Amino acid sequence: MVEANLDFRGRPAVVVTGMGVLTSLGQGQAENWRKLLEGVSGIHRINRFPLSGLRTTIAGTVDFVSVEEPSAPALTEAVGALVAEEALAEAGIGAPGDFPGPLLLAMPPVEMEWPQRLAAAAVAAGRNEPVTWMDLVHTVSDGRFARWHERFVFGSVAEHLAERFGTKGSPIATSTACASGATAIQLGVEAIRRGEAEAALVIGTDASVNPESLIRFSLLSALSTRNDPPSAAARPFSRDRDGFVMAEGAGALVLESLAHARARGATILGVVEGCGEMADSFHRTRSSPDGKPIIACMRHALEDAGLAPDAIGYVNAHGTGTPENDKMEWLALSAVFGERAGSLPTSSNKSMIGHTLSAAGVVEAIFTLLSLRQGVLPPTINYDTPDPALPLDCVPNVAREVRVAHAISNSFGFGGQNACLVLGAAQ
Amino acid sequence: MTPDRDALITGIGLVSCLGEGLDAHWEALDAAGGFVPVVDTARFAPWPVHPMMKLELDRQIPKRGDQRQMEAWQRIGVHAAGLALDAARVKGNAALLERTDMIVAAGGGERDYAADEAIIAAVRQAADPGATLNERLLADLRPTLFLAQLSNLLAGNISLVHGVVGSSRTFMGEEAAGTEAVRTACARIAAGQGELFLVGGSYNAERPDSLLINEAAGVLWKRPSGSSADGQAFAPVWQRQAVGGGMVIGSVGCFLVIESRAHATARDATPIARIAAVATDRCRRRPGEAAAIADGQLAALRPALREHEAAVVSGASGVSAPTSEEAAFLQRLGLPVRAAATALGHSVEAAFPASLALAAMAVEKGRLFAPLEAAEAPMPGELHQVLVTSWGLWRGEAMALVARA
Repeated sequence: MVEANLDFRGRPAVVVTGMGVLTSLGQGQAENWRKLLEGVSGIHRINRFPLSGLRTTIAGTVDFVSVEEPSAPALTEAVGALVAEEALAEAGIGAPGDFPGPLLLAMPPVEMEWPQRLAAAAVAAGRNEPVTWMDLVHTVSDGRFARWHERFVFGSVAEHLAERFGTKGSPIATSTACASGATAIQLGVEAIRRGEAEAALVIGTDASVNPESLIRFSLLSALSTRNDPPSAAARPFSRDRDGFVMAEGAGALVLESLAHARARGATILGVVEGCGEMADSFHRTRSSPDGKPIIACMRHALEDAGLAPDAIGYVNAHGTGTPENDKMEWLALSAVFGERAGSLPTSSNKSMIGHTLSAAGVVEAIFTLLSLRQGVLPPTINYDTPDPALPLDCVPNVAREVRVAHAISNSFGFGGQNACLVLGAAQ
Repeated sequence: MTPDRDALITGIGLVSCLGEGLDAHWEALDAAGGFVPVVDTARFAPWPVHPMMKLELDRQIPKRGDQRQMEAWQRIGVHAAGLALDAARVKGNAALLERTDMIVAAGGGERDYAADEAIIAAVRQAADPGATLNERLLADLRPTLFLAQLSNLLAGNISLVHGVVGSSRTFMGEEAAGTEAVRTACARIAAGQGELFLVGGSYNAERPDSLLINEAAGVLWKRPSGSSADGQAFAPVWQRQAVGGGMVIGSVGCFLVIESRAHATARDATPIARIAAVATDRCRRRPGEAAAIADGQLAALRPALREHEAAVVSGASGVSAPTSEEAAFLQRLGLPVRAAATALGHSVEAAFPASLALAAMAVEKGRLFAPLEAAEAPMPGELHQVLVTSWGLWRGEAMALVARA
């Protein structure tokens, strides 16, 4: 391999040659990018299920994709397939149904949902009332719900996508909570760097807004309850931020070794220059108060990219809009970037698309790569009341034209999960 | 590859129905009077399960508050992870834990069964089921239950309790999650992308939702109808095939500390065994497809296989179609075989790591434990290598070669 195709450590350089994205703003790079730059919010009142009694009645659900027998894994799989198609079309790699590399998938955990439990209970009620959990088990013995097995095992979303796109080997479905997407990208980068693959298909997808998932986050006091108007609820870095907004979406990246991309004359959309991670052992949902793990995570990513903090021109923040996250993220940025932190453009896509959870790491990496490619940074909307404790340049309310060579995309999640990507513009 | 990049197993934490630790497992598997399975045939009748031994959780999860914040599958896993770290002498060593990379194979956590049953009763009687569902979920779900269910919170709890923070990744996807976790760790070690890994998973079989998803597909073994004799309430994996086949699930926690030879040597760690090869793949399970994958995997590692000193630890679940196909493959191979699921039950995400643990233990002892049923041949000679198979009940094809360190 010629030296020009290697990174500073002599590893195969990893580039992006195809991208696909879908959020509550719409389907495809073009529509999403246009709306992001216009500062449009995709957050709306939920119309998928009854809202009575709920403290939070808004989300960034994807309502324009329909599936038979709706469930989180069914919709997660459907939107994952749509973004993969867009990314593969842009990359022009392989042949339809024959992708020359592995599938790395970020997706939410899976379980049977209330419609299934209640359907089984309706059958079981003939035998026993009140219905017990063991009654549900007996109810499915006759095979009438056999299709539930394939739908609700954890492996089937990855399996179906691997089959459809003809990826090679056993697919990996990963969950590192809200960092899952970044982890999937990292897995793909590592596979290419160690020469195991020349290309990798990375998909982050999450369409899991249902009553129980919403209520679970609500019970942890993680969600914004600013329901009216929905578009104003996600307020990263504002003094009056009160939580994140659940959302659905998906992103797909075609990763390739630079050598492979060049050899086939592919258009290079950007470079994945570095990945960093560091787990936090402080608390299940909160960051270590000294910010040490997220600081180390960003520093690891910079080291992996061979870049000094000064080289970074933009931060695509995790920026959930919870009081805790934004405070800790600012603390970490201040430590890593020093005095520059306050003037380093740092915006949160979540102000417009909400928190796409397992998909966020891929969706936001795509928006970061578009920022590098187009020379425009999407804004943080709803920034009306700055938080004096977070004196950062969040690209308030209006997109900004800036040429940036290197950017960071942060992802942090429950369970002490931290992942950070350093992304570079195509040369 | 230089020997420096060999993947060595330097610590194992294994808990199951047979006990805690390698010694307890060896004693049960190689018992003088023959192997006696540990099966609970009553609690979830007609479905037998292999129950978890009574764990002394305080030894690995000292804070009661931590124990309360977890459900059983997490407690099993965190306990097993602690045992593995202890065995490898990594426990409590902050400098090592700070660069320990963790890959956990996980499903999801237990539901609150009583809460669910109350919700079902309320919703079934409600005039407005949607509103009632919201109202009851808000009132009945414990806030912390979410964290006890989330797949990545097994890893999260291991970070929290044992301080493993180098990295934390969770793989999902039943058996394939376990096989990919091991393969990824070994590939990263070979490529110099990591030195020290904690890899494994846990599975709680003693829960109705574990039974439900599998019973929906009709893959669970249960006492043949019309039979009431206790002797027929359980059958070992190969014998089970004559009565329709099926899976008996088992509660298992298994973690492996896997590290590069260079790293193990530098810190003077004692290796138990070496993972000489590991390969994974997928297929749609049309007849013969999984066997073709296994043939390919075997061909690739055959140059390293010392057939006269090798045996097989099979991950066969007992489910009829894949198990009969695997049995035919193993018959062609002709090595002595032990079905791990007869001993431990099938433990899904934890199954492959647990099979590797049994294999590593036998390789270290230099001999194979006694047959678990009549269909398995004794192996009087010396054991140098164990071939470990995984044919998941639905997906998850893998093969590993465990050799002397």
